Amino acid sequence: MRVVTLKINGQEMSGRDDEDILHVAREHGIDIPTLCQLDGVSEWGGCRLCLVEIEGSPKLSAACVTKVSEGMVVNTNTERLAGYRKSIVEMLFTEGNHVCSVCVSNNNCELQDMSHELKIDHISLPYRYPLKEVDASHDLFIFDANRCILCTRCIRVCDEVEGAHTWDIAGRGIKSQLISDLHQPWGDSPSCTSCGKCVEACPTGALFEKGKAAGEMVKDARFLVYLEEMKEEKS
Amino acid sequence: MISENSDTASNLPKLATVWLDGCSGCHMSLLDMDHRLLTLLEQADLVYSPLVDQKHFPDYVDITLVEGAISSEADLEKILHVRAHTKILVSLGDCAVTANVPSLRNPLGVNAILERVSAGGLPKQPDTVPLLCAHARPVHTAVKVDLFVPGCPPSADTIFLVISELLAGRQPDLHAITRFGL
Ligand code: SF4
Ligand code: SF4
Ligand code: SF4
Ligand code: FES
Repeated sequence: MRVVTLKINGQEMSGRDDEDILHVAREHGIDIPTLCQLDGVSEWGGCRLCLVEIEGSPKLSAACVTKVSEGMVVNTNTERLAGYRKSIVEMLFTEGNHVCSVCVSNNNCELQDMSHELKIDHISLPYRYPLKEVDASHDLFIFDANRCILCTRCIRVCDEVEGAHTWDIAGRGIKSQLISDLHQPWGDSPSCTSCGKCVEACPTGALFEKGKAAGEMVKDARFLVYLEEMKEEKS
Repeated sequence: MISENSDTASNLPKLATVWLDGCSGCHMSLLDMDHRLLTLLEQADLVYSPLVDQKHFPDYVDITLVEGAISSEADLEKILHVRAHTKILVSLGDCAVTANVPSLRNPLGVNAILERVSAGGLPKQPDTVPLLCAHARPVHTAVKVDLFVPGCPPSADTIFLVISELLAGRQPDLHAITRFGL
């Protein structure tokens, strides 16, 4: 490990060469939009919201999975990036069925917050209206695929923190879907410990507690950071 | 198609509101601005609305606020007519902007919905009710929309700001006070 200096949005800063652009930027007060990234679990680099421009590179890089290096010049908020981010979030809305006004996570949803942050006041892409399942077989929780943005936060927290690995993705492309175990109802899952970590880690109203009405599901994924800190203190 | 000839003596800008597939909540929110309604009515004439007794949409309207999604052939016909006779068309509220609650039926298909809601099987359409479109859809998927006002419903303050800014010839900045769902 060594310390490197770089420039983000014209600001000089330094970071360790085993850190990614996202974390170095955040340590220096520069926020980059993210959805699949979650402190406390591994990076996945799937949502592409954190795309940034690196001078000298023709392609865009995901800040959450790109390590900083000496002399790097990064731009995080150009007009081109804003356009791509808008399109990505619009696609998330059109690929599912999101009706915020009656959603359990209304006003407590990272996707909804992101649409606001990116100043999306309508969806310009065509809606797909896919027919998706709601799995209410679990005693405590419900999975509503209509609101799932396939960020895999639930998969990673269940696998890496709880050690159960109940969730996974089946299928490819537009047919990708979240499944529990071998595509069984969640309630029949032999691996799920009912710990609820996936529910807290989910950025949207796709995973929620039974009995919650519209707007009542408030989540807090910060428990992961506390777990990390506790682990560090112990070792 | 827009003619500036008015059939009334007033020279005030003309304001209209239209109700498609929505719960009327956006119109309730409009009424909720209380005495400020009187302030607005000093600056504009409300020439067409579910709130006034006027059967036909006028030839020319400066500002029309639309509540609701386009769910039936009648909604579609209406919004095409309104667009052709309106200078500034505003999608008011989530049903107009995203199709919101009416769009819950979209993945299921029209037949499934009709079987569920009309006892004794499918009603023959059209009989007395307009034909349902395949999907309930946002207004901007059928006609050009000049301003989007998300919210379920947008607050009275928001609607007041929208109308007064548009009447003053300005584009209101709604980002801080509106978002989907709220
Ligand atoms: S999950 Fe979020 S974006 Fe989707 S309907 Fe619920 S509040 Fe809206
Ligand atoms: S409740 Fe816990 S064990 Fe069960 S799926 Fe969620 S994270 Fe995994
Ligand atoms: S259920 Fe939630 S956490 Fe899991 S992939 Fe879908 S949106 Fe992400
Ligand atoms: S946050 Fe980097 S790809 Fe999702």
